Amino acid sequence: MATVSGDDVVSLHDAPTRPMNMIEAINDALDIMLERDPDVVIMGEDVGYFGGVFRATAGLQDKYGKTRVFDTPISECGIIGVAVGMGAYGLRPVPEIQFADYIYPGLDQLISEAARLRYRSAGEFIAPMTVRTPFGGGIFGGQTHSQSPEALFTHVSGIKTVIPSTPHDAKGLLISAIEDNDPVIFFEPKRIYNGPFDGYYDKPTRPWKDHPDARVPEGYYSIPLGKARTVREGQALTVLVYGTMVHVAEAVCREKGVDAEIIDLRTLVPLDIEAVEKSVEKTGRCLVIHEATRTSGFGAELSALVQERCFYHLEAPVERVTGFDTPYPHSLEWAYFPGPIRIGEAIDKLLGA
Amino acid sequence: MAKQGEGGGYNRPRLQLHVPEPKFRPGDTVDFSHIVVPEAGVQTRPDEACEASETNPLCTDLVRVLGDDNKAHGPWDPRLTPDKLREMLRHMALVRAFDERMYRGQRQGKTSFYMKCIGEEATSVAAAHALASDDMVFPSYRQQGILIARGYPLVEMINQIYSNRGDKLKGRQLPIMYSSRNYAFFTISGNLATQLPQATGFAMASAIKGDSRIAAAWVGEGSTAEGDFHSALTFAAVYNAPVVFNVVNNQWAISSFSGFAGAERTTFAARAIGYGIAGLRVDGNDPLAVYAAERWAADRARMNKGPTLIEHFTYRAEGHSTSDDPSAYRSAQEREEWPLGDPIMRLKLHLIEIGEWSEDQQEAMDRELAESVKAATKDAEKNGILGHGLHHPFHTMFEDVFEELPWHLEEQAEQAIRERQIKWPQ
Repeated sequence: MATVSGDDVVSLHDAPTRPMNMIEAINDALDIMLERDPDVVIMGEDVGYFGGVFRATAGLQDKYGKTRVFDTPISECGIIGVAVGMGAYGLRPVPEIQFADYIYPGLDQLISEAARLRYRSAGEFIAPMTVRTPFGGGIFGGQTHSQSPEALFTHVSGIKTVIPSTPHDAKGLLISAIEDNDPVIFFEPKRIYNGPFDGYYDKPTRPWKDHPDARVPEGYYSIPLGKARTVREGQALTVLVYGTMVHVAEAVCREKGVDAEIIDLRTLVPLDIEAVEKSVEKTGRCLVIHEATRTSGFGAELSALVQERCFYHLEAPVERVTGFDTPYPHSLEWAYFPGPIRIGEAIDKLLGA
Repeated sequence: MAKQGEGGGYNRPRLQLHVPEPKFRPGDTVDFSHIVVPEAGVQTRPDEACEASETNPLCTDLVRVLGDDNKAHGPWDPRLTPDKLREMLRHMALVRAFDERMYRGQRQGKTSFYMKCIGEEATSVAAAHALASDDMVFPSYRQQGILIARGYPLVEMINQIYSNRGDKLKGRQLPIMYSSRNYAFFTISGNLATQLPQATGFAMASAIKGDSRIAAAWVGEGSTAEGDFHSALTFAAVYNAPVVFNVVNNQWAISSFSGFAGAERTTFAARAIGYGIAGLRVDGNDPLAVYAAERWAADRARMNKGPTLIEHFTYRAEGHSTSDDPSAYRSAQEREEWPLGDPIMRLKLHLIEIGEWSEDQQEAMDRELAESVKAATKDAEKNGILGHGLHHPFHTMFEDVFEELPWHLEEQAEQAIRERQIKWPQ
């Protein structure tokens, strides 16, 4: 098989692949972008010598040197603020926030600065940065290692929000995010770093190894931002979902024998509205699923869009399955997590309507 | 247990909360004798490449060059040519003429808002003269002097203030929030102190690339209380970033005196000591001292010796903005009693003292500058004033949120244009 490198145009079908878990896919994407673009720099807490607490940056400092991949002080405001300044200079920084739960000290720099730089300067200054951050629950992370704060970002004009659900997508989407000239927040569902999770926490987790979406093409490829992926075609209902919940939804629909059309949104802003409309118009029923808390979560936006744009095709009210409106609990994690029972009930309700 | 607020019943002294209070309030007689103003020229000037700790004594002192005799003194005298001094004087006078005119423009309803920098002209103009023209500056909202020192067209500034069709920022930004990449002037944000870590990041990027450009940032003393100040200084120290932090201590953050930023206990320059970076405290109304300090810090940064924090000790002679009335919280006499005088007056008297200027020349220059500002205002008004219709097309409101217009903004743009057609049918 021919090796794939540089700017060679290849069809993904022809490209050689190898199985990777999501961490390896992310590491591979970073490696490729560091190699391709001398303006890419990676920084964050523990990302340098140590290679990151989740190993996402392992080996990169050794390969590219300390001025391309380096450790930072423990200051999210500093990490993101410095990245904005680097972007203004002309670099393409890829800062890491160790957990999405700790992104809040950097919010002013993200919301007031990175998101608005292009707009307020009429394009004179831009913030071509990608903030990588592990998010989501299901790992007994308690209150501050489990949150899903995506709705805080989708509400901000000027930021793109991306969430992969497979190693294949993680690599292609991360490469697109880094190449994108707008600030991107790249949420990595840490529950599925090492293997897909179907919601059955009491059963052993399978590794990514044998999963078809873990066959990751070698070399450079990108997946466009703003394009959803149809996980499964179906007629009975549309499931709008992203991140870890893609796999939970898939498992529940399979077990219940429901002919669901499952759409992995992949990018929340800008949203692939055509894919959403097309599917809901076909099925007439829509289920929205996310781990994040319910009130003012991204599901509310999805539900409103479907209602506005597909109203005359709807045969039942849009259902939302989400985390509860509480901080993420430790011991009661599985009572909180929107697992198979909650999703199953919603499906029954939708199909019974 | 005793209830809160009842002293607890223990044999311990009651604690007391200290809430700072400025020395003078409206109507009070002002006495600034507590401010220590050292003689000009007595401060030592360490080598630019010195250890940061060598500057520690200068963090609580006050670097001064121009003495009461209007002569330049001591090792910090930058020994500028008379031409350079006259150029700096001219730029400071132009900033003041511009401020007066724009303030009037706001009162006449030509725009919504303005902020003067009366009394602080040296902290931007003299500092800008000490930097290279391509050093990226990260200003706050009171450094219009940098743009003027760099020769940015007045008409462009006024277009921005009027948010008219000539405004390069397309009417998106509040007046005075300038931006100019060509003049290495970073886009001003309303969010205080955010520019400080950004300046550090720019300086780090320049160092990563092996470039020779440095960054310089400005912040008021009030905003040093923001977390970004701490982040910026920490990162600058950790990576030895080639950046100069200018803290303009003008004593007031809107109605709060500098005590609410911690000035009762120490100086702002002294914050540098704790971060292990060089610090200088300068007479911010002495253009020669400001120039010398900025030049020292810039040279140090260029030599890879790292960041410097400069406190410019000055006084905000007027209100915070056109929305502010300082007579509601401070004595009007403060401005007259301020012991460091006026930066323009001091440079003028120095030039006269060395035989390079005269009162007549000053008067002629002031008249000429007022005329040139007036002419620029008239030119800008041809492009419209705020709210008089000559703004950018509606569609531009939706551009530059992202590099490309996503579907939802395209839909909203169509709505805005539809609304316009309903309001103003062709």
